[in-house]
Amino acid sequence: MNINRKEAPEFRAIDNITLLHPEHIKLDNGCNIYCFNSGDAELVRIEWVFGNLRFDPAKPLLNVAVNTMISDGTKTRTAAQIADTIDFYGAFLQNEYGYDNSEVTLFSLNKHLPNTLPIIKDILTNSIFPQKELETYVRNQQQKLQVSLQKNDVAARRSFNKALYGDTIYGFGATADDYKTLRRDDILAHYSQMYQPSNCTILIAGKIEQQTLDLLKETFGASWENSAEKADNSQPTIHSSGEHFYFTEKPDALQSAIRMGMPLMNRTHPDFPSFQVLNTVLGGYFGSRLMANIREDKGYTYGIGSGMSSLKHAGAFFIATEVGAEVCKAAVSEIEKEINILKTELIPDEELALVKNYMLGSLLGSLENVFSHADKFKNLYFSGLGYDYYDRYTDTVKTITSDDLLALANKYLHFDNFYKVIVGKY
Amino acid sequence: MVKFNRFTLDNGLRVLVHEDHTTPMAVVNILYDVGARDENPQQTGFAHLFEHLMFGGSVNIPNYDEPLQRVGGENNAFTSNDITNYYITLPSANLETAFWLESDRMLSLAFSKKSLEVQRNVVIEEFKQRYLNQPYGDVWLKLRPLVYKKHPYRWATIGESIKHIEDAKIEDVKAFFKKHYNPQNAIMVVGGDVTLEQIKELSQKWFGTIPAGEKYHRDLPQEPLQHEVRRETVTAKVPLNDVYIAFQMEGRMDKAYYANELMSDILSRGHSSRLYKALVKENQIFSGVHAYISGSIDTGMFVFEGKLLENVSIEQAEAAIWEQLEILKSTDVPADEMTKVKNKTESTMIFSEMSLLDKGMNLAWFELLGDADLLNHETEKFLEVTPADIKEQANKLFRKDNSSTLIYLAEPVN
Repeated sequence: MNINRKEAPEFRAIDNITLLHPEHIKLDNGCNIYCFNSGDAELVRIEWVFGNLRFDPAKPLLNVAVNTMISDGTKTRTAAQIADTIDFYGAFLQNEYGYDNSEVTLFSLNKHLPNTLPIIKDILTNSIFPQKELETYVRNQQQKLQVSLQKNDVAARRSFNKALYGDTIYGFGATADDYKTLRRDDILAHYSQMYQPSNCTILIAGKIEQQTLDLLKETFGASWENSAEKADNSQPTIHSSGEHFYFTEKPDALQSAIRMGMPLMNRTHPDFPSFQVLNTVLGGYFGSRLMANIREDKGYTYGIGSGMSSLKHAGAFFIATEVGAEVCKAAVSEIEKEINILKTELIPDEELALVKNYMLGSLLGSLENVFSHADKFKNLYFSGLGYDYYDRYTDTVKTITSDDLLALANKYLHFDNFYKVIVGKY
Repeated sequence: MVKFNRFTLDNGLRVLVHEDHTTPMAVVNILYDVGARDENPQQTGFAHLFEHLMFGGSVNIPNYDEPLQRVGGENNAFTSNDITNYYITLPSANLETAFWLESDRMLSLAFSKKSLEVQRNVVIEEFKQRYLNQPYGDVWLKLRPLVYKKHPYRWATIGESIKHIEDAKIEDVKAFFKKHYNPQNAIMVVGGDVTLEQIKELSQKWFGTIPAGEKYHRDLPQEPLQHEVRRETVTAKVPLNDVYIAFQMEGRMDKAYYANELMSDILSRGHSSRLYKALVKENQIFSGVHAYISGSIDTGMFVFEGKLLENVSIEQAEAAIWEQLEILKSTDVPADEMTKVKNKTESTMIFSEMSLLDKGMNLAWFELLGDADLLNHETEKFLEVTPADIKEQANKLFRKDNSSTLIYLAEPVN
C-alpha cells in the first residue's frame, strides 16, 4: 500500500455538540433538583450545592470549616460511623469548598442508595461539630498550611488573589492565627443558616430510576425544613489593591513562581467567549504561544499557561509559571513580548484555525460521560446563564476573526497595568 | 466488563479495539514496554527524557502537537519505572490523524539536536519543580536507593541526578529508540466510537509497513530479599518532621498483590481506615498518615508516610505505626471490615469504567501483564482474599528486617 506520510489525512471540523438538558424538579421546601439521566451503569453521582454565606473578615474561615467538618459527627453518628457506613457500601463522599458555593458529593451504586442517602440527610441536618473534632481540624490545618506556604506557587497565588480581591472571600488566604478564631457556636450558627433546602441545589447524574427519584424526594422533601433565618449570600464589595508589584524573596530558590494578570469580566459578559479564544492562543493549550516560546523554544520552564477564572462576583485573567530562578527576568520579558504581539500583529489564519478546532474538539472531548454534562450545566446555572450560552460560545469560536482578536487584545490587555507577583528570585 | 477484540500485525504490533458508541470521541493509547528500569545506571532519567523527545517531530512530520490540535485532539504521556505510555483523545471522525502521527514516530524520529537541547532544559526544570524546589520533594530520590540495592528501581523516573540528564547525547537517543521503540515492544489500544474493521484497516495501512525491529530481551538484576534493618535520617528545610517506612513486597503478578492492596486499603483508604482513625483522630500522633503500594511489575514497595504533630517524638510516631502493623499480624480482620474494602474495590472498578481513557489505559496495561482480559477478572481476585491471607502477608512483609525507614527532621528555624 502506498501512503503519503508527509501529508496529513483529511479531517472534519466539528459541527454538532449536543448537550444533555436536565429535568427540573422544584420541591416545596425551595430546593431545586436537576436530573441528568443517561448511561447503562447502575450508579449515580449526587451533588448538594449550597451558596456560601457572606464573608466576615473577623471570622474568615467559617464557610470552609463548616464544609470540611460537616461529616465529622451528627446527633446520632460519630465521624467514624459515618465514614464506616459510606465505605461499607462502596460509596464515595466528598466535601468541596469553592469561592461561591460549597458542595457535598455522593458517588453511589444505585442498589445502595437506600443506605447511603440517609447518611447524607443526617450530615445536612444533624451535624454537631464536636469540640474535639474541631480541635483536630484546627491543629491539622495549621500543620498543612506550614507545608503549603513553603511552595512558591502557592505563595504567589495567595498574594495575587489578595491584590485582586482584597478583604473578601476571594482574596482571603488563611494564616495559622486565623484558625484560632474558629468557635463551635459560630460554626453551628453558620451551618444552620447555610445548609438549608432554600439554599440548596441538588444535581443527580447517572442512570436514574424512578425509585431513586422517589427516594430523593422523600428524603430531601417535606421532612427537610428551612431554618428561621434565610441564607445571606451577598458579598462585600471588592476593592483591588493600588500596589501592582509583589516580590517575595527566597534566597535558596531554584525556581521562581510567577503569577500575573488582572481583574476581568466573568462568564456573563458578552466578551467572555471571545476572550477565551484570545486566552487559548496565548496560553490556554499545549501548543500555545507562551508554551511554544518559553518552554519549547527557551526551555525556561516545565510549564506555563494562562487562564480565566469566572466567579459569581468577579472574574480574572492570569498567567502562571515556575521558571528557573536565574531566568526569571528573561521569562517576564518574554511574557510581555507575547502580550504585545497580540496587540500589534494579526493572528495568522492557520494558527487561528487550529485554535478554533482545538477548542471545539476540547469541548466535545470534555463531554466524556453523564457527569460531564452535569458539570457543564453547573457552569451555566451558577452564573445565571442558559444553554444558549454554549450556542453563543461555539458560534463565537467558529466565527471570530483575527481583526476581532486584535481589537480585543487592545481593549483588555495592558501589561503595565497587570498585577505581578514573583516568589523566589528576581 | 470492558469488551475488546485483539489482533497482531505481521511486524508484531499488538492492537486492541474497544468499541463504545455512546461517545463521539476516540482514544488511541500506545504503551511502549520500556521504563526507567531499562536504563543504563550511568544514564538514568533517559526513558522519561526520551518521552519528551517523542514530541519533537518525527521523520516525515516536523511537529507532532500542531496537526493533532488542528483536528480537535489532545494528547499526553507518562513514564513510570515500568512503562512509557502515550495517549490521544480526539473526535472519532478524525481518528486517522492519530494513526498518521503515531505510526510516523514509531517509524522514526527526526532526532533534532535543537529538540534535545530544549527538552534537556525542560526536564531539568521539571526536576527542580517537582523534586528539588518542594518540601519533601526529594523523598523518592532518597527512599528508592534505601529499598533497592540491585534492581534499577533504585532510581526514580526523573533520574538519579540532573547531571545524567545534562549528559544525554543524540547518539544515545538514537540507540534508545532503536532498542525500545518498535512494533514488537508496543501495545496499541483504540477505543470509543470506532469499529474493529475500521481499526484493522487503519492499523495495516499506517503501521503495517514499519519494520519489526529487534526484540528487546529484558534481563534485569532482581532485588534480593531484604534481611536487614535500613534507616536514614536527613535534616532538611521542611516545616514538619516526617516519617517514611517502606517494605519490600511482591511484584504485580504475584498472587499476594491482591492481599497487599487490600491491606493498604484497610490501613489507609479514606476516613474509615485504621491509621486515620487511630493515629489522626483517636490518638493525636500525625496531622496526616498514609499507606500505599507501588504496584510495580518487579519487587514492589509498601510505603507508610506520616507527618508528625508537634510534641510527638520520632520514636512515638514509629511505634504507633508498628503497633497497627502488629494488630494486623496477630488478629484476623473482622468480616465487616473485609466486606467494606472489597465493596470499595468493586465500586471503584465500576466507576472507573465511566472513563473511556481509563478503559484504554487499563486494557494496555493488563495486556502487557499478559492478557487484557485480566482487567475483567481483577475484582474476583480481590474478592477471593481471606482474613488468613491478610494475616499471612502482614507477617511476611511487616518485619523490622524488611523495613527501610527514612526520617525528615525539620531544620530548626533561627
